[in-house]
Amino acid sequence: MADHILDFDVNGENRRLLVTDQRTLLEVLREDLVLTGTKHGCDVGECGACTVLVDDRPVLSCLVIARQVEGSSVRTVEGLAIDGAPDLLQEAFAELGAAQCGYCTPGMLLSARALLDDNPEPTTDEIREGLAGNLCRCTGYIKIFEAVELAASRDHDR
Amino acid sequence: MSGAFSVVGERLPRVDAMDQTMGKTQYVDDMTLPGMLVGRHLTSIHAHARILSIDTSRAEALVGVHAVITGADLPITYGILPISQDEHALAVGRVRYVGEPVAAVAAINPEIAEQALALIDVSYEPLDEVVTLEQALETDHPMLHGDGLGQNVHRSAALEFGDVEEGFARADYVREDVFFFGGNTHAALETHVALASYSQTGKLTLWSSTQVPHYVHRTLEKVLELPAGRIRVIATAIGGGFGGKTDPFSHELTAAKLSMVTGRPVKINLSREEVFYAHRGRHPVLMWVKTGFENNGQITSMHFKTFLDGGAYSSYGVASLYYTGALQTTTYRIPNYRFEGLRVFTNKPPCGPKRGHGTPQPRFGLECHLDKAAADLGLDPVTIRQVNAVEPFSTTVNHLRITSCALVECIDKVVEASDFTVKRGRLPSGRGVGLAVGAYMSGAGLPIYFNDMPQSEVQIKIDRGGGVTVYSMATDIGQGSTTMLATVVAEALGLEPRDINMVIADTDLTPVDLGSYSSRVTFMAGNAAVTAGAKIRSRVVQAVADELGVDPAQVVTKGGRVGVSGDLDRCVTWAEAVRLAIAATGPLVESGGYTAPKLAGTFRGAGVGISPAYSYSACVVEVDCAADTGLVKVERVWLAHDIGRALNPLLTEGQVEGGVYMGLGEALYEEHTFRGGLHRGPSLLDYKIPTALDMPPVETFLVESDDPEGPLGAKEVGQGPLLPVIPAVANAIHDALGVRIDEVPITPQKIVAALRNVSRGRPGRIGPETIPDFEFSRLTRVEPPEGFVTP
Ligand code: FES
Ligand code: FES
Repeated sequence: MADHILDFDVNGENRRLLVTDQRTLLEVLREDLVLTGTKHGCDVGECGACTVLVDDRPVLSCLVIARQVEGSSVRTVEGLAIDGAPDLLQEAFAELGAAQCGYCTPGMLLSARALLDDNPEPTTDEIREGLAGNLCRCTGYIKIFEAVELAASRDHDR
Repeated sequence: MSGAFSVVGERLPRVDAMDQTMGKTQYVDDMTLPGMLVGRHLTSIHAHARILSIDTSRAEALVGVHAVITGADLPITYGILPISQDEHALAVGRVRYVGEPVAAVAAINPEIAEQALALIDVSYEPLDEVVTLEQALETDHPMLHGDGLGQNVHRSAALEFGDVEEGFARADYVREDVFFFGGNTHAALETHVALASYSQTGKLTLWSSTQVPHYVHRTLEKVLELPAGRIRVIATAIGGGFGGKTDPFSHELTAAKLSMVTGRPVKINLSREEVFYAHRGRHPVLMWVKTGFENNGQITSMHFKTFLDGGAYSSYGVASLYYTGALQTTTYRIPNYRFEGLRVFTNKPPCGPKRGHGTPQPRFGLECHLDKAAADLGLDPVTIRQVNAVEPFSTTVNHLRITSCALVECIDKVVEASDFTVKRGRLPSGRGVGLAVGAYMSGAGLPIYFNDMPQSEVQIKIDRGGGVTVYSMATDIGQGSTTMLATVVAEALGLEPRDINMVIADTDLTPVDLGSYSSRVTFMAGNAAVTAGAKIRSRVVQAVADELGVDPAQVVTKGGRVGVSGDLDRCVTWAEAVRLAIAATGPLVESGGYTAPKLAGTFRGAGVGISPAYSYSACVVEVDCAADTGLVKVERVWLAHDIGRALNPLLTEGQVEGGVYMGLGEALYEEHTFRGGLHRGPSLLDYKIPTALDMPPVETFLVESDDPEGPLGAKEVGQGPLLPVIPAVANAIHDALGVRIDEVPITPQKIVAALRNVSRGRPGRIGPETIPDFEFSRLTRVEPPEGFVTP
């Protein structure tokens, strides 16, 4: 196992660290950088809990070898707020009860963020599609859909 | 009535909602301690085998490995129920399912831990595997618990209330049906994680994603032989439970032991695959029901038999068994009732409690059976349920006390909202609607181990600056119990839920609550919090009344102020009021406890099913089925739930929606099945839980029956709403296609097979035909309770 220097941006901050060939982005985020907001429910790409944004595109961080994000910019749930102000999605999820146990929430928020960045006024079906890779075992997704709709409409209004 | 409340009944977010969405909530796996080691389990590759030897020397010699332990290091048995202490943290002498933990290592990182597992040499002698119910009832296989050959019956039960034969004799119509409910599992998104730290002072601390810190505490005390006072169990934030984190688990004990051996903190994070093996999920249940009816649909008698495939260990099994027979009577007035059931051991992961614990399976059978009977009697599904519906404030033939009950109202709500009566039988082919109902306990009436202490205690401490801190051991598994407690205390003190500091689920800091299971927390911890809050309130009110020179009855607590009702100027702030009270009467610390009323009859099994109150649900499901592929699309679900009082309608609705979701998964997709002793797909890819694409719209109706004993009138919602969903789906599919799938999950293959049967002139039914020919012995005859009125 060779070590490599990984140089990338996380939530707007430059990070440089030594990683092995096999280290995943999930491990780098949670263990090396102690950004434990990102969760994991399977470690093999089946649950969506580990979703983060790499250059604004949602990825399953458990499936990404850390070296692949060299030079990229990564956004995790800790970086969703801008200047300390929560993302509209974070507020809407909280307000509408879209988080029960909260374990799927960080991944869900990042998938939703990517969806809204791409399509600011999604239909419910588009929201379903956009979140289809993120499993939630608690909510039945309904309040999650509502929260994404609320955030989208607030974004539209401002 | 809800006008009388200020925060109760409001659609407020969880008190920790912003922490959750900002990624700040700490689950066990988010914790790291200095010097922490990684623990891993070596698990059995055999479904049934004798362990001839275990050689750990090569693993111990690996650089970076700090300890290797086996069953010999943890020889004391345990189990959640005092009557069935049959588990070892690590197998001793024998393994009974694939995936059973055999040895554990602690190493400096996961890679070395994995390497160490590969260096442990276990020599097994495979034994004859018992994997099906039928095999378990044969006499020529080894007994899983015990020596020699014989039947693997864990426990059987046979109870009769009233006179079942007499009831059948006076029936106009008698019907028998056989059903099967396949096993399934919780699949909480967070896997099970435990972190243990043993200090040089001889104190053990365990952080765990457990629903039951109190029972884990007791288990650690027993197995590790440490005094309870030297063990601290903390349930951190929990990423979902659904009953799957309600047993004490191997990894909690091995993490603790490894920390004691190494003197360093040890964390064990079960892999997703290991969680499928740890299981404790829904029992597969084969069942048979025979019911007598009068021509108007009234039930005269019922005989229910259940056969539970329990897996390798007892877990909650004795309770699960009785639950398959206990709650049929809580929805329908059944004048004569016989229940016979048995649970067998098989070489598969142990089954246990999953949302609805032992009651969704018979509920599925019963509700489908009723629809079939109604059709034969020329009645519609609504009428047959209305005719038999249990009355509020009545007693069932099997000695369950019913208090508030809005079953009929729930039925009316969903029937009306869904246009059920108009749609049923009249939708285009492939579309259909189905109705079903259910009831669930607001907490098990008895604690798991016999004692007369309160089942829940809550303390409140007020700071001199007015800060309110509530202490409770209730675990928030996502259902919102922490917010519920903050809400009832805020209500009493005239504050907002977010003003309340919550200290929860820590055996050193918080007084006992038995845990989040049996839908007990709102009712029990909620009542304890109401009591404690009222005590604080009355002391504060008295002090302010004295200060203002008014009668305490005139003083109200509202909006952060304490003052004279109707005279807004005569008031003090909450913080001032608190200081007045402390000056007048000393430290402002109070507690409340809740003990359920003594409701259990004296017969064996009477402790299961009793509850201080029952919630009621009714559900209509509309489906669209493709006859060629058998694919079922659920179009919409209407669910009415008698919650007593919705302390927080937003969170309550969330529980209903989550229950509907889980019910749909069980009805249509989820299957915990085995090939021999091998799990067919221990992953989230193979075990199909519904995604965002599968979830239909749900219309929820909260019905408030104001329970006389519930906290501010509230009852449970975490489990009950799941119950009617599954049979409502089955009944809707029948309405859509005319076929009966008497077996859960209702997969496309079964639907296609049933339709093929029809096209070949055979009955359009898929499901079991017969039940094992098992002679239930020792039928206990129990007289109906005093004052039981035969309908
Ligand atoms: S942890 Fe489940 S998809 Fe990455
Ligand atoms: S809120 Fe628990 S998994 Fe989504």
